[in-house]
Order: sequence, then structure tokens, then C-alpha cells
Amino acid sequence: MANLSVNLAGVELKNPIIPASGTFGYGREYAELYDLNILGSFSWKGTTGAARLGNPQPRIAETAGGMLNAVGLQNPGIDAVIAREVPHIAEIFQGPVIANVGGFSLDEYAENCAKLNDVDQVAILEVNISCPNVHAGGKNFGCDPHAAAEVTRAVKAVTNKPVFMKLTPNVTDIAEIARACEDAGADGLCLINTLLGMRIDLNTKRPVIANRTGGLSGPAVFPVALRMVWDVYEAVKIPIIGCGGVSSAEDAAEMMLAGAAAVEVGAANLVDPMACKTIIEHLPAVCQRLGVDHISELTGGAHHG
Amino acid sequence: MKQSLFTLEHTRQLTDDTYELVLSGDTSAITAPGQFVNIQLPGRFLRRPISICNWTDQALMLLVKVVGDGTRELVRCVPGTELDVLSGLGNGFDPARAGAHPVLAGGGIGIAPLYGLAQRMRDAGQAPTVALGFRSAKDAFYLEEFASLGCRLLIATEDGSLGTRGFVTDCIRNVPECDYVLCCGPLPMLKAVHSLPQLTDGQFSFEARMGCGFGACMGCSIPTRDGYKRVCKDGPILYKEEIVWRTCL
Repeated sequence: MANLSVNLAGVELKNPIIPASGTFGYGREYAELYDLNILGSFSWKGTTGAARLGNPQPRIAETAGGMLNAVGLQNPGIDAVIAREVPHIAEIFQGPVIANVGGFSLDEYAENCAKLNDVDQVAILEVNISCPNVHAGGKNFGCDPHAAAEVTRAVKAVTNKPVFMKLTPNVTDIAEIARACEDAGADGLCLINTLLGMRIDLNTKRPVIANRTGGLSGPAVFPVALRMVWDVYEAVKIPIIGCGGVSSAEDAAEMMLAGAAAVEVGAANLVDPMACKTIIEHLPAVCQRLGVDHISELTGGAHHG
Repeated sequence: MKQSLFTLEHTRQLTDDTYELVLSGDTSAITAPGQFVNIQLPGRFLRRPISICNWTDQALMLLVKVVGDGTRELVRCVPGTELDVLSGLGNGFDPARAGAHPVLAGGGIGIAPLYGLAQRMRDAGQAPTVALGFRSAKDAFYLEEFASLGCRLLIATEDGSLGTRGFVTDCIRNVPECDYVLCCGPLPMLKAVHSLPQLTDGQFSFEARMGCGFGACMGCSIPTRDGYKRVCKDGPILYKEEIVWRTCL
């Protein structure tokens, strides 16, 4: 059987499958269904400094091959997560945890990440830069290479944990943002976050989602995510976590061939809560079919030969 | 919560747009009336959350109103169709808290979970009054089923074509001894029932557009007195005192 372990900036995962932030909470709901220790890691719900209530209802809309969400980063805040969720995570998952951290200013990003320095189980910081910068007229950090680099430097200055910047696809050239993060010292990248979209209700002639727009995820975004992982792999040397529409072990293998060192699974968990378990169980067969003894041999494989 | 395959046994049309579905399968995860199931449909990305009308050890009964393409496909499934179902979702009603004079108040398709609730309350020796509201007589369903449980049955229709002309609240005002409500229906109806001065307490079943249906995505969170709650996991039943209307509507 193929060796499924992968390495992310020095952090060893038993396999490359990671439930994506925002689709897995802090693990509680899924731990009722299966032993989370089969996972390579999991990326917890995007956590900000203060508690956030999120957006008004409705927050969800369906679309062909996927869904839109405008949850609005609802979370209990970093202090509550450290006090209440971290001890519970230690009971349900003993592997390395990825802490997804949001912020609305450079100071907030740095402060939130610094608070995780003493949380041993957090092995990787995944910094969500798809947040509006309150000090720059609400301009999204992740849409500007300079702002993305500033966040990277601000976080790197306060932590010794590997820092993975989570990139938004809602930009003209994602490779440019990726390079800016790498140059600023990022240890890795995670891409993509959701694609901005909307639906209109023909009965009310108004947007379905109260926030008007929402983030598109699900199989519909898979080819876009794959292409962006491909582009970024050509542009940087640091490891990439591929994310976007992955629903099967075959999709995960495609992501790795495009350049991902590990793979996040998002919306698939919401419609099939056993999705990650099923994908992990199918990985050995996919490795056998592709003729690799070690799954990490797949990373970037489509770029060579 | 349990994920398993159910087999559609039969479908019966009740009104122009409302159907009764019976599915066979493992119902062991269902613990209380008012819980719901989340059903995967071929070609649809998100599951469809449907309230449980009633259940036995081997079978599940649903009342489904066609409101869009997904529910239309569901009621058109032929017997023998296998459906991937997440069962036993949500908290459900707690009839033990209902006191000596409970009224079950339902509006339209919202009457569905009240049937299994009424049956279990009757089995436990409780005597709930049942108040059901519909648009008109042609939209009414499940009246004989409720009557056969031996419950006192009150009907309201908006056009007066059956029972009291008006809303389910008009029926409940006529039974002032009923001081506890277990309620399911559209949001304006929940709000109207909630405001009835005769009620000391009650349980209200909410609906929402859901992502997952089991508490992971925060897609269905609504504000309550005690902070945000997930309709799918912390609800769908909320208690009278914790409901905050101004931000719900």
C-alpha cells in the first residue's frame, strides 16, 4: 500500500486530506460520526479577534454543482476558541491542527496569531486574507500584493509556527499575490477561497442571499481552483494546499498533480459528512492506479515530462 | 444523526402541491417529534431538509410541499427509489414540558411534525388540542388523520371555506384554557402565535435555508436572546422566551 504521508513546511501529516475551514467548525459535529484521527489535519473555522455574529439570513443559496454562502465569519472569537474549543479538540483529534485566522487590521492578525503561540496542537497558521482592511476603506487584503505581503510580515514577526496564507481567487493574477506572500516570508499557501457570486430569486426579484453576494464553492469551482494551483506552483517554491471543489480521491490526485502538497476538502463535507473519510479510504487505490509508492510523488507531477 | 439509505415505499398526493411519502429504512437516530431529515437528490448539490411527520422502527413518513425543483423531484420519485438520508437531525419538541392544557398549532405544511407529536402525546396520556390553519378548504390535509388520534381539532382557513374564517390564532383565542403551545408554520404565523397573551410558554419550530443540516456550516444561524443559534442543530425548536423577533423578520 502506498505511503500517504505528506510534509507541509516541516509538519508531517499522515495523509494529505484536510477538511477546509468553515465546513468543519471546530470538529465537534463530525466527531459524532467518525474518528477524526484518520485525517491528515483539519482547518478550524475562521477565527477573528472579537466574536462575530455573521450576516443576516438567508446566508445560503444553491447553484448548479455547488452553493453560495455568506456566513460572514461567524465565530466566538480567538479567546473563546482557545478557552473552550482547543481543550475539546485535544479530546477528539490528536494530530496537527491548522488554525485559520482572520483579521481586519495588521495588528489584529498579529495579535490573533500571537495568542496561538502557546497552543501546542496548532501546528500551522492559515491566514485568511479575504477580509476587508478597516484601515484602508475596506479593501480586501488578499486583493493587493502589498497588503498581502504586509499581513504575511506582521504574522511572521510574532510566530514560529509555519504560516500559510490563504488566497482569494477574486483577483486578476493570483500568482502575483502568491509571489508577494512568498517574498514576505510565507512558509506556504492555501488556495483557493470561495469565488464571489450571486443568485436572484425570480419570485421576489431580489438576491437570494441577504448579503446580496456570497462565496461559490463545490464541484463547480474545481477546474478554477486546479488552474490557479497550477499557476501558483509555477510561480513559487513554497508548498501549496490545494482547495476548491474537491469531492473525491481522484480530485485530490488532480490537485496534487497540479502542484498541491496537500488538499483541503470543503463543501463536500456539508453534503456528505463522511466525504473526507471516504476520500482517504480511496487514496491507496488511486495511488496504485497512478503507479506511485508515495503519494507526495504526485505533487506537481503534471508539470513535468 | 445517522447517514443511511432509505427506500421510497409509496407516495400519496394530498392536495394540489402536498404529498405524503413513506420511506423504509433505519430510523434509530430519530429520538423526538419535530426533528428533521436531510435528503440527497440526484443532480442537486445541497440536501433538502424535510420535517419528520411520523416514524416507526422501520419507516419514516414525510409530508412534502412542492416549493421548487428539488421538492418537485422528490415527490416524483417512484416507489423503490433509494434515497441517501441524514436522519435524526435537530432537537425536536419536548412534550413533557407542555403542561395540562397544550395546544398544537400548525400552519400549512407546518402541521407535518405535529402529527407524530400528537400521537406520542396521546400515547403518553396527554390531551392536546390541535389547531390547524390553511389558506382554504382545498389546501387542507391530514384532518382525518388528526381526528382519528382523538384530539380536539380546530380548523381555520383564510377564506372561511372550512372552519373558522381567519388564522390559527383565531382558533386558539377560543380555547383560553390552552396556555402552552407547540407550534410549526411560516414565520408570520409563528410570530402571531407567539404574541397570544394566553400563552405562558411554548415551543416554536423554525425553518431556514441550510447548508449542511447538522451544525457545521453556520448557514442557518439566527439571533436569540442567548446569542446566535443554529436552526439545524440547536433548533429547529426554540422556546418562547429565547426568541428574538425583531431581527428574525
